[in-house]
Parts: sequence; C-alpha cells; structure tokens
Amino acid sequence: MNLVRNHILISIDSSTIMAGARAVERAFVDELLNRGLQDEVSVLETGSLGLINRGVVLVVYPEGVIYADVTTKDVPEIVEEHILKGRFVERLVVKEMPKQHVIKREKTGLLKEQPRIVLRNSGIINPESIDEYIATGGYEAASKIINEMKPEEVIEEVKRSGLTGRGGAAFSTGMKWDFARRAKGDVKYIICNADEGEPGTFKDRLILEGDPHKLLEGMLIAGYAVGAQYGYIYIRGEYVLSIERLEKAIKDAEALGLLGENIFGSGFSYHVSIKKGAGAYVCGEETALIESLEGKRGHPRSKPPYPVTEGLWGKPTVINNVETLANIPEIMRNGASWFRGYGTEKCPGTKVYTIIGHVATPGLIEAEMGTTLRDIIFEYGGGIKNGKKFKCALVGGAAGAFLGPDMLDVNMDFVSLREYSAVLGSGAILVMDEDTNIVEMLKNVLHFFRHESCGHCVPCRLGTAQLVKIIDRVADSKGKREDIDKLLRISEVMRDTSFCPLGQSLYLPISSTLKYFRDEMLSMI
Amino acid sequence: MSSEGHCRCTQIEEESLYTELEKILEGHKGRGKDLIIVLHKAQGLFGYLPRKALEMIALELDVSINEVLGVVTFYNFFSTQPTGRNSIKVCLGTACYVRGGPGVLKQAEKDLGIKDGETTGDRRFSLGVVRCIGACGLAPAMIVNNDVYGRVKTTKIMEILEKYE
Repeated sequence: MNLVRNHILISIDSSTIMAGARAVERAFVDELLNRGLQDEVSVLETGSLGLINRGVVLVVYPEGVIYADVTTKDVPEIVEEHILKGRFVERLVVKEMPKQHVIKREKTGLLKEQPRIVLRNSGIINPESIDEYIATGGYEAASKIINEMKPEEVIEEVKRSGLTGRGGAAFSTGMKWDFARRAKGDVKYIICNADEGEPGTFKDRLILEGDPHKLLEGMLIAGYAVGAQYGYIYIRGEYVLSIERLEKAIKDAEALGLLGENIFGSGFSYHVSIKKGAGAYVCGEETALIESLEGKRGHPRSKPPYPVTEGLWGKPTVINNVETLANIPEIMRNGASWFRGYGTEKCPGTKVYTIIGHVATPGLIEAEMGTTLRDIIFEYGGGIKNGKKFKCALVGGAAGAFLGPDMLDVNMDFVSLREYSAVLGSGAILVMDEDTNIVEMLKNVLHFFRHESCGHCVPCRLGTAQLVKIIDRVADSKGKREDIDKLLRISEVMRDTSFCPLGQSLYLPISSTLKYFRDEMLSMI
Repeated sequence: MSSEGHCRCTQIEEESLYTELEKILEGHKGRGKDLIIVLHKAQGLFGYLPRKALEMIALELDVSINEVLGVVTFYNFFSTQPTGRNSIKVCLGTACYVRGGPGVLKQAEKDLGIKDGETTGDRRFSLGVVRCIGACGLAPAMIVNNDVYGRVKTTKIMEILEKYE
C-alpha cells in the first residue's frame, strides 16, 4: 500500500461544479502527475463543505486547510507552495469557516464549533463510495438493529430520542412510526420527502449530494421498524446530481446485500427506489405527495384517514423528510441519550439551516436546537454584508414569518418559536439589510403562492389571486389605506378555511410584515 | 410558435420518435399509476409533450385524455409547447428576486426578442421562469439546459448564451 502524505478533497456539488470543480480536479491530477507526486498525494471527491458562493472549494489534509475560489490557474501554486514547501497559499485560505467536528479542521476555524449529526460526513467522505461510508461507521446501526433488536425496541429508542420531523411540522418521528407499525396492512411503505421546494432551502440537496448512504440507512431502519417492504424517495426532477448519487448508492447497497431480499440473512426484505417529482410546491404536503406518487395531480386529501393508516395505494405509509431520516443512523448508533445531549429539553438534536440573502457568508450550517437567530446570522453567517444594518429575516421559507431585531435573541427551536407565532419550517433563513424594500419582498412571496396554489379549494385559489392584485397595487404606489388591512383580513380567512397548509400559512408572512413594517407599507400609499 | 410551424426536417425526426415512444409504452400497458414516470420519459424524448404523444399515452396506460392533460398542466415541469434546443430558466425565487432576478429576466427578454414562456423563431432558445432552484447563495441564478449560472450580470447574458448552439 502506498503511503499518501497529502489528501486533496475537492467539493463536488451543484454549485462547485458550476464554478469548474471538475476542471480543477483534472488540473490537480495532471499537475501531480507532471511532478511525479501521483503516489504521494491523492485527489478525492467529497460533498459540500457548507460554503456555497465561494467557487471551487477544497480541503488539503493533514493540515485541514480549506481553500475557496480556486481556479485551474491556482493549481500549480497550491502544489508548489503547499504540497512541496508546506506553505499555505494565504490569499485563497478560508478564514471565516466555522469550526466543525473534524479534528484537523478546527485550526482554520475562528468562530463557532458546529455539532454535526446530519452533516457529519459531508465534505469529508466521497459520497459515491459505499466503502468510505461504511468506514465511518455507516450501516453499523442498521446491521445491529436488524440482527439484534425487535422493531418495537427501535421505535422506543427513536421515541426516547425526542426526534421530531425536520420538514416543518415537527411531529414526533417515533410516534409516527408506531402508528404505522400498529396499522393493519399486508404492505407498508416508507416515503422520503425530498421534494424540496421551499424558496431559499437547499439543505436536503446538499445532504443527498454529500452523504446519500446516510439517507438510505435511515430509510432501511425506518422500514425495519415499521415493517415496510418498500421505500420511495420522492425527489425534485431538477436535482440531477442528487438523483445520480442516490441511484449509485442504491445499486452499491444492493450489491452488498444491504438493500433487497433477505437483508443480513434476517429474512427482512426491503426495496428502495427513486421517483421524480414534476415541480409542484403543494406536493410538499404529504397527502398531495402521495397523490403525485400515484401518478395523479398533486391535490391534498382529506385527513383523517392519515397516511400512517391509509397512505400510498391505501396502505399504511410513513412520510419523513430527508433531514429527519438522516438523523436516524446516528441516533441508533450512539443512543437516544447521546442525541438528547444536543439541543433543548423539548427539542433535542440539531437543525440544518440555509443562510442566504444579505449576509457575509451565505451557506449551509448545522446548529443545535435553541441556538439564537443572532448567533446564526452574526456568528455563522458572518453578519450583514457590507457593514449594513439588519432589517429583518424571513425564517422558515416563504410560508414563514418575518422576524425583526427584537426576535434576534429568541431561541430557534420548534417550541420557542411557536410562542411567538413563528415557525422553524424548512430552516431557510433569508436575511435582509436596511435597504430592502419590504413591499417588494412580500410581493414576491404572494406571487409565489398564487402560482403554486393548486386550485383545489376556493379560499386559497381566489385568496391568493386577490392578495396579488392588492400587493401589486401597493407596490405601484396606487394602493389605498384600507388595502393594508384587506391583506390581513383575506389571509385570516384563508388561514381559517383553506384545505391544506399552503393556503393556511400565508397569514404568517403577511401578519408579521404588518407587525414590523406597517408604517413602511403605508408610506407607499 | 405553433407545432404546425416546424420545418419538415423536425417533423421527420419527430415521426421516428413515436416508434421510440411505443417501445417505452410497452412496459407500462394498463398502468395508469405510471403516468408521471411515462410523461417524464416522453418529454425527455420529444423535448416537450406533443398532443399525439399524449393521446398514445392515454390509450396505452388506459387513462382518459382528460386525466393525462390534467396532470400535464398541473406540474411546472411539463410543457405542451415545442421548446427550443436550449432551455433558459431565470430563477425568481425569493433570494434571486431580491438580488436582481427580475432584471435578468427583462434583459434576457430584450436580448432574445421573446417573452417569458416563448421560443425564438429559429428554435435555438426557450425562455422561462423557475421557482427557487436552491442556488440561493449564487443569486441571481439562471439555468441553461443543465448548467447553472450564478451571480448573473445583465450585461453578460448574451456572452453566456453564445456557447449554446
């Protein structure tokens, strides 16, 4: 075996590929070959490190130095200076990178340590290698569970961990599994909701691109616990790289007998396949998603019956978000009490956030439940861009609430935010500086909802159209004073009478805008 | 541009694609639940969903044409209009919207002489709008075919598009 003295890990995800990561990778391979270093230095691919607008990003080990905005022209310099002479190419070194759970990486970190559960392997292992996933303890939990534990015991452990759904609704995952386990049915299904469509959210994409096997292991454990035979990953058709990596991951897992018939010789059989969505926001609602999986228009169904008793093809079905399922292998490997060591009493664990908008370092982070919005924006996000003042943040996606400066010190978790009529939602945090026109922002949100309203129920179909008419009028300075209250009144009716959360949730962005910026809106009249 | 307006060469090409479609449909006979999967495949084949293809799908999968059209029009991904060889999508998700997405769309419309949802006369480009593609850190973003372009400047749009024949 060759002794390798340096590892160069290149982040290959949707945004780095766009910035030319493949070309940089080739340049490294060529440069090392030219200098006869090909046996001493290995070039590897990995997932996103969480930096998202910094061009090509890579890490050089053992130093754990992170470089960003690397172009093919910089490659000879990095090899010459760093690899041969041991001097870092300072102009490309990322200094604002938060500390993470990699021993070596702490050296470059200045800010805060990230407790990484879901993103533990992202940016560290090669997502296309099942061996690397296994080497980090992957499939260990699944093998132990399937060989040694009863499904009921697995469910008990997940319940004890206090894990709740990370898609936004925050329902207890253990309870959901328990309901489906107890439901009568010869066939049961696990569906992973990877139809990420909430504006400003791309956490699921980066989890899937960075560590696809973690999701598969989570689905496998869920399948065993619930007694399901089939798992479906319902994913956005646009997520090309995620789909490619998942397809390979499923094939590799099947080849090793980790998916398919008679897993680990236990008699338990479980098949996972990918289903492409076709672009409809409402399909994030679980019953609409089921309709879509059945090949129909994605209209939500009446509840009850809930999917845990009558879901896909009328059979008991569990639907979990990508992030929820990605927590499972770690919980089962380390135990529920380990998991409860993170986060708050009522909301244990972590949350993955996407921080975007007017912040210095937009990106993907994982933080403990209960971290304040201030920490997320100013510590992880590096504060407001260009030294401007913070105006507000839209938290939880388009269906979330605008939070002003008075909310900066509120703990970010499902329970605390609920007290302030806000939501954690998908974990998208869109930060706006003092120059942002709030009417334009609200206009964008309302246009989005009008476009995505599925037309199934009247309050949402007509309500969104009326709201758009009014906000357009206000934005054109043709509004009337009473228009402002009309927005609120319509959204109240929609909250109380709409069929599904799509129409119900518009009240949140509208009422929170008016809470903070009524005067600004009136000044447009 | 209507589907009747194609030049003959594309018509001939399209004819041969129907044989391909027949092959695809063989594996899905009577399976209405496969509708979305089949539509994905058909659109991959033709670049859009021609009426004749939809009728074939309805027949083979044993669902009514009403249902097929209902599904096609419900989802953003499917198109019944012939599209250009290259598809341009400007992201107008919240993050791109605040960082200049609408300006990018306006400039692209001006540069190409077509509106959102239309195709150029030579069928080289189709222009459309997409809702949040998760490239928010790169706002404003634009996608040409499968390539994502970030931090797009209105002055650089034509430069980007030149590469696509």
